[in-house]
Amino acid sequence: MMSLARRSLARRIVIGLRLGRPGAIATRRSLRVLEHDLLVFRRGWYSYLLSGLSQPFLYLLAMGIGLGLYVNRNASALGGVPYLDYIAPALLVTQAMMAAAFESAWPIMGKIHWEKTYYAALNTPLTALDLLVGDLMWIAFRATLLSVLFLAVIVVLGAAASPLVVLAVPIAVLTAMAFAAPIMAFTATQTGDSGFNALFRFGITPLFLFSGTFFPIEKLPLFLQPVAWLTPLYHGVAAARSLALGQVEPLGLAVHVAVLIAVATAGLAAARISFRRRLEV
Amino acid sequence: MSDTSSSSEPLIHARGLTKSFGAFTAVDGIDFDVAPGEAFGFLGPNGAGKTSTMRMIGTVSPVSTGELTVFGLDPAHHGARIRARLGVVPQADTLDSELSVLENLLIYGRYFDLSWAESRRRANELLEFVQLTERANDKVEPLSGGMKRRLVIARSLINEPSLLLLDEPTTGLDPQARHLLWDRLYRLKQRGVTLCLTTHYMDEAEQLCDRLVVMDRAKIVAQGSPRELIDHYVTREVLELRFHRPEGETDDSAVLGEKLEGLAERIEQLPDRVLVYTSDGEAAAATAYERGLRPASVLVRRSSLEDVFLRLTGRSLVE
Repeated sequence: MMSLARRSLARRIVIGLRLGRPGAIATRRSLRVLEHDLLVFRRGWYSYLLSGLSQPFLYLLAMGIGLGLYVNRNASALGGVPYLDYIAPALLVTQAMMAAAFESAWPIMGKIHWEKTYYAALNTPLTALDLLVGDLMWIAFRATLLSVLFLAVIVVLGAAASPLVVLAVPIAVLTAMAFAAPIMAFTATQTGDSGFNALFRFGITPLFLFSGTFFPIEKLPLFLQPVAWLTPLYHGVAAARSLALGQVEPLGLAVHVAVLIAVATAGLAAARISFRRRLEV
Repeated sequence: MSDTSSSSEPLIHARGLTKSFGAFTAVDGIDFDVAPGEAFGFLGPNGAGKTSTMRMIGTVSPVSTGELTVFGLDPAHHGARIRARLGVVPQADTLDSELSVLENLLIYGRYFDLSWAESRRRANELLEFVQLTERANDKVEPLSGGMKRRLVIARSLINEPSLLLLDEPTTGLDPQARHLLWDRLYRLKQRGVTLCLTTHYMDEAEQLCDRLVVMDRAKIVAQGSPRELIDHYVTREVLELRFHRPEGETDDSAVLGEKLEGLAERIEQLPDRVLVYTSDGEAAAATAYERGLRPASVLVRRSSLEDVFLRLTGRSLVE
């Protein structure tokens, strides 16, 4: 049963790649799941919009401009880059990551365990894989929306040196997927939300603080630097920052993107298995 | 399996159907067929294997061993095709509290690949059918239990299914809500929809089912029409006697048993009452008085599926 599941996922990915669009694993049926999420979104889009604009504005004001006044006095520390410009692309990526981590935890738990609406959907032609892919598309949509709003605030505050900053949006969405897919795999193994508290306390929050968001990882103790290298957030932040500052090293950027794609793909494969184990028994 | 030998293909066909979870066997080699247009019931207590059976028919739970076809198709290979023609009313409501009553139906229609316009047309029709039109734009949460169940039934009909699976459709509802629901199910049956339901209420099985199987501990222990089962396993009437047992008095069931001896063809002593199975309840009650028994209350009633179940398993249906 399991090997069959893995083969069919692999086949969908292979077909997708052959057609030149990896998105082909998104079937028409999984688009229906996205439609559901957009229907829910339609009810509260203004609150998403409001927080999507106010959050980046407040963060950049307090940390980039406020804290930046002090950081910039030691201008050589960040290679002469203003602190606002330094953290803006990093915060753009981290907030997409945070939203993705949240969306793949509690709301998915609700659909699996508290309200069990996934089970209603499974009584239609939809499958567990459709639910997984559809809700991942929703999370990608939400990450895109948040990142575009964040980008708008960056542009308004003049916090980017290079027009390449627009590419921080796809980097943020990819980072969001690298978190959402493995967390959805984890969520489908849980029967309550106590695991999420541990996940956020010991996983997401430390990543937010120590993945090069606020200061270069070279300032971390030596033994922690390789750990930062292994986390997808570090790669998302580094890629987005190099684009925003116009300091792109093609090889470095390629490695960052490759790591994000690898983690997202592995997460999707794991989530596929854990969704089936949970929902199709 | 007498009435499945007719020319029409059974909608559901099961032989040796088994579901196991690790070492635990939830459904243990059951055989049954459901014919088109029939109302077929699984009667049994909680844990008898009814829900596991329904989930296998609904193709959301893989068959462990044995044979199962739905619409002549194999669930392992044609799950999506089978589900496209099925309506399912699950035990839990599984309604979406983030959407309105109408939206719950609309999106479900989309899951079945209906156009928005068609989904809206059917949703409005179905809200009318389950008498929820006035609540179309309300949230789901404030609806009463009976309304939620009706909405779930409406939802299950959005794809115009030819087979409707209902897992304990009226559990937890008040009598009025149950009767309204039964009425809607009866109308569906009139329209030719095949019903397959589970219940642990004998009155529900008697009201709705043409034919049923009694399940206990993962197996089918009896089958037939409600009337056949009652005729075959119990007497026409039941005399129920309740006795007050004064505080501190020891168990006198032995004494009681002696006095009841020979009163009827079968006597069942339950913790709270004694059931006397007889063709003439009044006469049996009179005899009990003659023998010096002074029950606190006496009731003569028609026998029911509950009695069938007690006869077959020695336990009552609803614990």
